[in-house]
Amino acid sequence: MKAKVWGCRGSLAAPGPETVRYGGNTSCVEVRTVDDQLIVIDAGTGIRGLGLALDGNRPKRIDLLLTHLHLDHIEGLGFFGPVWDKECELHIWGPASPGHSLRDRVAAYFSPPLFPIHLDQIPARVAFHDVPEDEWELGAVRLKAQPVNHPGPTVGYRLEENGKVLTYISDHEPALGVDLATVPPDWISGYAIAERADVLFHDAQYTEEEYPGRVGWGHSSIAHTVTFALVAKVRRLLMFHHDPLHSDAQLEAMLVRARELWGQERNGLALSYEGMEIELT
Amino acid sequence: MPQKDLVLILARDLADKLASAAFVVDRDGTLVYFNERCGEILGRTFAEVGEMKMDDWSTRFSPTTFEDEPIPPEDLALVRAINEHVPVHEKIRIRSADGASRGIAVTALPFFARRDEFVGAMAVFWEHGEDEGKGRASP
Repeated sequence: MKAKVWGCRGSLAAPGPETVRYGGNTSCVEVRTVDDQLIVIDAGTGIRGLGLALDGNRPKRIDLLLTHLHLDHIEGLGFFGPVWDKECELHIWGPASPGHSLRDRVAAYFSPPLFPIHLDQIPARVAFHDVPEDEWELGAVRLKAQPVNHPGPTVGYRLEENGKVLTYISDHEPALGVDLATVPPDWISGYAIAERADVLFHDAQYTEEEYPGRVGWGHSSIAHTVTFALVAKVRRLLMFHHDPLHSDAQLEAMLVRARELWGQERNGLALSYEGMEIELT
Repeated sequence: MPQKDLVLILARDLADKLASAAFVVDRDGTLVYFNERCGEILGRTFAEVGEMKMDDWSTRFSPTTFEDEPIPPEDLALVRAINEHVPVHEKIRIRSADGASRGIAVTALPFFARRDEFVGAMAVFWEHGEDEGKGRASP
């Protein structure tokens, strides 16, 4: 399994000279399986670049895993090239909602006044699936989606292939109401899908100083992110969902602090950046 | 290791912040948490009691009506919330672990994560004067 980051900015796209090293596009990660199946996680603005890169070399079927329906995770979908190809079979997976179907919630974006074209007019053959409660399989990959602590129906994903695990929890506030360092792990949101992952993409939006003013917004401080990853015994932690107000220099300062918490002697901690490629073998 | 359902994690967080006594059970009715105020009424802390099956907690505190009639487990508000998936309110008397008899008013709420996915329930209760307890209430 290979993964490539096409967007790792949180909340709002943030292009500009101060964000060039880590990128300004919102959440999107491409996953390729051993049999070259394409799984895309989230459809933030980063998915536009993925669509361009796929031009002429696109599998017939694409599976898109949405963590939730906040705009920064779906706003790129209308600019994803395969959506405009009638030969494309696009399977969109996402969390169920007590109120509206996944299709209706995506259609709310694909409709005026937010978007000029209605969902029904998209040429691609689109199928919508509520994520199952149990594990399921896409080719050689076994997947598990689990609800995580973030406003509105939101899930994180665990993808396992040949014994290697990639976990993606882009928007997550596991520390809300609990002390991550002392609470039993089975009481921690997201723990089961992150446990012993080889790679964990995880929300690391705020500094420790910023977090107290943003409690309940659904995101983590770097201290919470590192503690969560240490408790879950992940091998590699990739800080994700960078705050749109943070410059490259600020992100690097956050990484220094995160390394203090992670342990200077340990490898495996980094900031996600656009173009980052990971191979799980 | 499996983890608790997110709704229960959030319910525990809510219980922790409530001044009222609160008691949280999972989809099987197993007690998974109660808060400090609840511990004062029951006469034990959760750390002392730990997780407990429904058959155990539903009889352990000798629930009775205010007329001292024993209440069968299946008629308790929280058990009904678990079995029937409906909210229930009642006024009962229990015997705490310290032997004291206490009148309590209980409101039990079933939790659904998806429309039809029952994941557990919570009971919030208040200590109650003897005179206020006459006549058990139902939904």
